[in-house]
Amino acid sequence: MAIVVDKDTKLVTSGITGREGTFHTLNNKRYGTDVVAGVTPGKGGQDVEGIPVFNTFAEAVDKAGANTAMIFVPPRFAADSVLEAADAGIDTIITITEGIPAHDELRVFDYLKSLDRDITHIGPNCPGALSPGKASVGIIPASFFKEGNVGVVSRSGTLTYQIGNELAQRGFGNSSIVGIGGDPVPGSSFIDIIAKFEADPETELIVMSGEIGGSAEEEAAAYIADNVSKPVVAYIAGFTAPPGKTMGHAGAIVSGSQGTAQAKAEALESKGVRVGRTPTQVAEIAVEILGG
Amino acid sequence: MDLLEYQGKQLFARHGVPVPQGLPAKTVDDAVKAAEEIGYPCVVKAQVKIGGRGKAGGIKVAKNRDEATQHAEAILGMDIKGFTVHEVWIEAASDIDEEYYASIVFDRSAKAPLFMLSTQGGMDIEEVAERDPKAIARLHVDPLLGFQAFHGRKLAFEAGVAADVVRPVGALLEKLYDAFVKEDAMLVEVNPLIVTKDRKVAALDAKVTLDGNAAYRHPDHADLIDLAAEDPQERMARERDLTYVKLDGDIGILGNGAGLVMSTLDVVAQAGGSPANFLDAGGGSKAEAITSAVEVILSNEKVKAVLFNIFGGITRCDEVARGLIAAFEQIEPSVPFVVRLDGTNDVEGRQILADANLPNVHPAKTMDEAAAKVVELAKGGS
Repeated sequence: MAIVVDKDTKLVTSGITGREGTFHTLNNKRYGTDVVAGVTPGKGGQDVEGIPVFNTFAEAVDKAGANTAMIFVPPRFAADSVLEAADAGIDTIITITEGIPAHDELRVFDYLKSLDRDITHIGPNCPGALSPGKASVGIIPASFFKEGNVGVVSRSGTLTYQIGNELAQRGFGNSSIVGIGGDPVPGSSFIDIIAKFEADPETELIVMSGEIGGSAEEEAAAYIADNVSKPVVAYIAGFTAPPGKTMGHAGAIVSGSQGTAQAKAEALESKGVRVGRTPTQVAEIAVEILGG
Repeated sequence: MDLLEYQGKQLFARHGVPVPQGLPAKTVDDAVKAAEEIGYPCVVKAQVKIGGRGKAGGIKVAKNRDEATQHAEAILGMDIKGFTVHEVWIEAASDIDEEYYASIVFDRSAKAPLFMLSTQGGMDIEEVAERDPKAIARLHVDPLLGFQAFHGRKLAFEAGVAADVVRPVGALLEKLYDAFVKEDAMLVEVNPLIVTKDRKVAALDAKVTLDGNAAYRHPDHADLIDLAAEDPQERMARERDLTYVKLDGDIGILGNGAGLVMSTLDVVAQAGGSPANFLDAGGGSKAEAITSAVEVILSNEKVKAVLFNIFGGITRCDEVARGLIAAFEQIEPSVPFVVRLDGTNDVEGRQILADANLPNVHPAKTMDEAAAKVVELAKGGS
């Protein structure tokens, strides 16, 4: 088993005919992901290296059996694309696009929730999800990771690679790696993904990598204390970030006294979650717990 | 992006939120002209993005032309908590009877805009929240439904707003919500929201933060960037589409990916150093982007050493190495560089750098080692 993406994933990419969309979709296919379709309105009937392109998500579902959508279109079209994928009946949606207005993200989140379906929306502004040896959806450099028992959930892409690489060097692989993204309204929170890892028999330890801004890490801390039996190791980035400044990710901002790295690390530690102060320390703690 | 008070008020006015009449001015002459046009008494208000302007002497009432001149002279150029006043807002004085507080924040946790209303306006709301949490009425608005008239009444009655102004306060809140949503704001705050002696309501102050990601659908928002107050390096970076935040220290930082760069700043600080900036060269960093980024980092004269921390995913380490070499050809930096390349094409990248044999460039294998090395170099070691 794994979470979010696996051997049953049948992927459709929205924006497949764009340069980045083509490049990363083909990468995912080479990795072994079952890519069944692309969607670009007006380009239905074409193909991208043998992958059929449809005008709508509904067609991609009907004719190619797509069950997972990757959103790769520019910000002004991305929220609409997520809603179209959900409307077509797709329950796993992964949005790579960076730069979607926060109010659009809010409406998408509340609308998807109101549907009363079990939809998993990962992102926006995320590197995607990878289950080593099974499937990769997004832009994670999959070759660095191998199969294993560590589940990783992170708000940052490159930091995930950094931590994953440190684990790999120490001989540990991953069940799944999920980038939830750096925006103010992520479709899935730490809690959503940690709950999936808790239920996944392959995952024995969970690494969560958070950063300044919002209160998702504090909420995860409380959730872990009450609901998670597996060990969790955390990392928080942004101890040196000044208040009021957006640190690259739209969601990474300390507002007044809210959302500091210090408060997040303390919240996690107070609930018994060990927090590494550097990516290297996170890997060391994980290895110590797993008995490497 | 945070707005100045008067920019926020002009934005409010477009959505029908009542604000006192006013005019901006950048010189004493223009300030006096504005005062003459608006009439006396008027208020001369320093335009800086920091609280406590009144206590710092940045808000003064002028009863006549002489006083307007005097206040404009005193306030323009004044320093308020490290912010220089480049502009004043001349506003018709209001006859204040009551001071309320109203705000809408983008509540990330609840996934809905959060309204707050209190009759204890005119002071620091965080203090009010601590001293008397019940003095603040709170209400989440479902973004799919939008603001309803009853939301306004509910907030107003719960906050204890005077009965005769419940309707106008409700109407003001509705317009405020309209501004919040249509302008893609992350925060709007009115403190104080006043009731005048003739029982009219108005926003006497405005604090607005706009979502930069929504700029594409608000071309007019580009005019609101406060060029006078913008840091020169931050401006240079913005013009080059680089994600850069200036900090106080002396170690220039470049990395790829916001999380990794934040983490790099932390690791440098833990090693005893002080970062001079945050700079995310982004995914897929190409050679030209690297050259451009190095120029921005080195334009800050405080920088004594630079750390490149790259973990290649989409970004290829050989591209970064070539970019660094190109940068050295163009600018011949006088400070040492520590370069850590890991991930996609790292072996090629390190080889390219080794072959180029750039002066004063030190390779490092790990992030921790790189941080220790750059801190040592910044302190004058070798």
